[in-house]
Amino acid sequence: MPDAALAHSLEPRIAPAEGSAGADTGSVLPVSAAGLVFTVNGKRLVDIDRLTLRAGGPTIIMGPNGAGKSLLLRLLHGLIEASEGTVLFNTQPMNARVRRRQAMVFQRPVVLRRSVQANIDYALAAAQGYRGPSRRGRLRELLEMGGLADMARQRARTLSGGEQQRLALVRAVAASPDLLFLDEPTSSLDPASTHRIEALIHRFADEGTKIVMVTHDLGQARRLAGEVVFMHRGKVTEQTPANVFFDAPSSPAARDFITGGLLV
Amino acid sequence: MQDFASSFFLAVSLILSGDPELWSIVLLSLKVSLTAVAIAAMIGMPIGAALGVGRFAGRRALIVLINALMGLPPVVVGLMVYLLLSNSGPLGVLQLLYTPTAMIIAQVILVTPIVAALTRQVVEDLDAEYAEQLRSMGVSRLASVPTLLWDGRTSLMTAVLAGFGRATAEVGAVIIVGGNINHVTRVMTTAIALETSKGNLALALALGAILMLIAISVNAAVGLLGVRSERVAHA
Repeated sequence: MPDAALAHSLEPRIAPAEGSAGADTGSVLPVSAAGLVFTVNGKRLVDIDRLTLRAGGPTIIMGPNGAGKSLLLRLLHGLIEASEGTVLFNTQPMNARVRRRQAMVFQRPVVLRRSVQANIDYALAAAQGYRGPSRRGRLRELLEMGGLADMARQRARTLSGGEQQRLALVRAVAASPDLLFLDEPTSSLDPASTHRIEALIHRFADEGTKIVMVTHDLGQARRLAGEVVFMHRGKVTEQTPANVFFDAPSSPAARDFITGGLLV
Repeated sequence: MQDFASSFFLAVSLILSGDPELWSIVLLSLKVSLTAVAIAAMIGMPIGAALGVGRFAGRRALIVLINALMGLPPVVVGLMVYLLLSNSGPLGVLQLLYTPTAMIIAQVILVTPIVAALTRQVVEDLDAEYAEQLRSMGVSRLASVPTLLWDGRTSLMTAVLAGFGRATAEVGAVIIVGGNINHVTRVMTTAIALETSKGNLALALALGAILMLIAISVNAAVGLLGVRSERVAHA
């Protein structure tokens, strides 16, 4: 198969969706959730009256297991549907344009059964904004950014865990999203890999991408957080600047969490 | 033992001498089975993909049905196709009975459920892994199907290979709808059955050897193709 035809066959075919017409301009921030409820078998796993995420430093979502942190990320990113409530992105509901302006990286990186560069190229094709030389240029830039240039043609599945997560990260920012959700991206990585991932997160944040990240790692939260959202039993009990949260958390649950007290 | 040895050597000489009767049977077998598998793949893969990613009422029941059809008895399929194509049947006017086309129809019916069921499994497994990631990238359910088929291509080739194995090894259906007519509908399996019953073990053995060689060659070719396609995809 000729290269051009093959490359075409590997691209996602996406029909322009409603609301996708026109220039892809305007930030999707702030993100505003109101009356957001997610119920399973009558149990409210997420129950948030109001939450606003504004442009600025990374927002770190913390809380014990089962607090609803990952569910909140999925609700905000539109991967699951809320039982009640709304999520607005700069006053707009989720639509094709809003979807393209945000991305998510999961705890276990999902890499396609293709090469490293084909994984990134797939995301660029899905983003629909890159063609020809600009796409190739952006591809090279992302490979360099992730420290993956030497492995560009390697099968993505043969990379180490840390390398796969770096690939997932640079693939997520391929289309320069306004908003990047990260669900415990370093939970299974060693300190060196974690350090490289954190450096990338710092870089994305410095370049203006709003980071919304779930982590259990207090040290990581201190290193990255601009603000902290603390969750307990599905509710947001605290949303404060990071220094305030770590110095003087206002809720007993957050105090227990920081001091290592038992919290269920 | 001596009979077996002499038949074996005669079979080898038939193969090496390019016996026209033997090779016409082999070529017809390949033509019928490859055509049937190609048609079955065109029908079975979209059905399998739809069952793999689709969520609709009756999906579970359809999966159970497709899985059950994988074990269709060839003689029953042969009988059904015979009834359809016989002069008194609804498609009798087409005059297809005892033609290679009738054999292709029977094999398509046998192979399609195999391709569909295995495709469904491959697509569903891959979808479980990819669904959130693709949705996060803005790829719709429908648009994710080519991605899932492409990334599952090595497993899908195995599905097609399984279908080809079923088609080439099958005897019950093609003997009923083809009639095992010399130079018209005689294929390897029906010829082996006939020649064995006649005591012509040399021709039966030669055809058996070629049948096995084809199975091994197709397996090897699919294996090589899989390796090559992976290399291309990662280039």
